[in-house]
Amino acid sequence: MKPTAAQPPSAAPARPAIADPVLEVENLSIEFGGVRAVRDCSFSVARGSITALIGPNGAGKTTAFNMITGLLRPSAGSIRFDGVELVGKRPHQITRAGIGRTFQVTRELGEMTVLENVVVQAPARGLRSLIGGGMLAHEEERARELLDFVGLTRVIDQPAKTLSYGQKKLLELAGALMAEPKMIMLDEPAGGVNPRLLEDITARIVELNEQGVTFLIVEHNMDLIMSLSHSVVVMAHGQVLMQDVPAVVQEDDAVLDAYLGMA
Amino acid sequence: MALLEIDDVRAGYGSGPDILNGVTIRIDEGRSACIVGPNGAGKSTTLKAVAGLVKVRSGEIRFDGDRIDGLRPDEILRRGVCFVPQDRSLFPDMTVRENLAMAGYSISSKGELQRRIDEALEMFPILAERRTQRARTMSGGQQQMLALARAWILRPRLLLVDEPTMGLAPQVVQEVFAVIQRFRDTGMSVMLVEHNVKEGLGCADWGYVLDLGRNGFDGPSESILANPSVRELYLGKSVARHTEKIL
Repeated sequence: MKPTAAQPPSAAPARPAIADPVLEVENLSIEFGGVRAVRDCSFSVARGSITALIGPNGAGKTTAFNMITGLLRPSAGSIRFDGVELVGKRPHQITRAGIGRTFQVTRELGEMTVLENVVVQAPARGLRSLIGGGMLAHEEERARELLDFVGLTRVIDQPAKTLSYGQKKLLELAGALMAEPKMIMLDEPAGGVNPRLLEDITARIVELNEQGVTFLIVEHNMDLIMSLSHSVVVMAHGQVLMQDVPAVVQEDDAVLDAYLGMA
Repeated sequence: MALLEIDDVRAGYGSGPDILNGVTIRIDEGRSACIVGPNGAGKSTTLKAVAGLVKVRSGEIRFDGDRIDGLRPDEILRRGVCFVPQDRSLFPDMTVRENLAMAGYSISSKGELQRRIDEALEMFPILAERRTQRARTMSGGQQQMLALARAWILRPRLLLVDEPTMGLAPQVVQEVFAVIQRFRDTGMSVMLVEHNVKEGLGCADWGYVLDLGRNGFDGPSESILANPSVRELYLGKSVARHTEKIL
C-alpha cells in the first residue's frame, strides 16, 4: 500500500456528474462550538438510486443527515430536494416535501402497539382529517399493508417495546413509508440486526427502490453497502473525499487511508 | 501460559444480540497488542469484557492462569487489570490531584499513595502544573493524560486502553502514544484499541484484526497493514466494476 497524502482542503471532490439529481447538497457547513463538524460538503443523489454515505467514525455522516432532515441548521450551504431549497425548513416540512428517515437508535413508542406506531406517522391532512372519521380507517389500512410489506403482521398488536432490535428497524421503515416519501434516509439500517432480518431489510430496500423510491443510506456494513449501492459518497473529517460507483471507491487508496486513520 | 487469555468469548449488552461472536486473544507478560477493525467489530466490547463491564455469555477469560470472567470489575482491577475507557470517566469537578488520589483508593498505605501521586506528577509535567485545576476545565488531551496517569498510579500488570486519541489534535495524539510507549518500556502489558491503525500498531508487538465480533487475522504488528484483507475488511468485499445506467 502506498502512503497517500491527505487531500488538500480546497480540492474539489472527484465525482461524476449526476444527470437527474433528486437531492443536491452544496457546500454544506456546520460548526459546534468553534469545531467545524462538516465543511463544504457537496454531493448529489440521483433520482431512483440507492446512494450510500460512508466514512470513518466522526466523519460527519449523521450530522449531514440531521441537516438534510432539518434537525440541525447548517451555517452555510444549500440543500435542494426536487429543486426546492430545504435549508430553513422545519423537520415536518421536510417530511412533507418527500423525505422520510429512520434513526440509528430506533425511536419507537414502546407502550403503543406496532400498528399504532405506524398509524401515528401518517401525515396530517389538515381540516379534512379532523372532520372525516373515515380518514383514520384509511390510514389504518395503509399501515396494515406496510406492516405486511415489512413482515411484521404477526406482531401487529404487540406493544412496540416487545420487538427485537431488528424488528424495530423494520417498524421504523414501515413508519417512514406512511408519508409516501420520494426519498428515504436510513441511518445504519443493519446495525445490530441479525443476518436473517438483515436479508429481509435488504430485500425490502431493493423492492422499494425498484418501485422508484430513492435511498440515501449511512451504513458500516461494507459488504452490504457495496453490493447494494449505485453510488457511494465518502466523508472524512467533515468533508467529502469522493463520490463514485462502489468498485472505484473500494480501490481508492485515500479512502482506505481515511479508514485507517492515516489521512 | 499467557498473561491474558481470551478464549472463544461471546458477549453482548443487556438482552441484545451477541457483539462478540467468539473472540480469542493472547497477550504474554510484558507484551502488547493492538486491536483494530471497522466499526462494530467488537473492539471496545472486548476490552469491556476483560474489565468485567460486559457479561461474558460463553467462553473464558483468564488472567495469570485464573478465570476472571464473572468477577466484578473491582475484583478484576485488584488482580492488576486496569481499564481506561474511551470517555475517560474522570471526576470532572475534582482537581487533578484529587482524581489521582481517587485512583489510588485501593492503596491502603497513605505514604505509598502519596509517593505514587508524586511519581505520576513527575511523569506527567503537564499535570503537575495543573494539580489544583478541576478536570472538567482541562483540554481533551490533558484529560486523557490524567486518565492515563490514574491508571499509572495502580501499576497494573495489564493496561486496557480504549481509543485514547479519539477527538484529539494530531500533536496531542503523538504525546498520548509516547506515554503508552513509556508504560510499555516499564514492562507493563498493554491492550490497545485504536482507530489510528498505523500508529496504534506501532505501539504494539502484535496486532489483532476483529470483524463483526470475530477474529479476522492477527500477526506481528508490522505485518497487519501489508495484509491484502485489510482493504476488504474496511471497504467491503470487492464488487465487480460496473457502470450503472443511473449515473
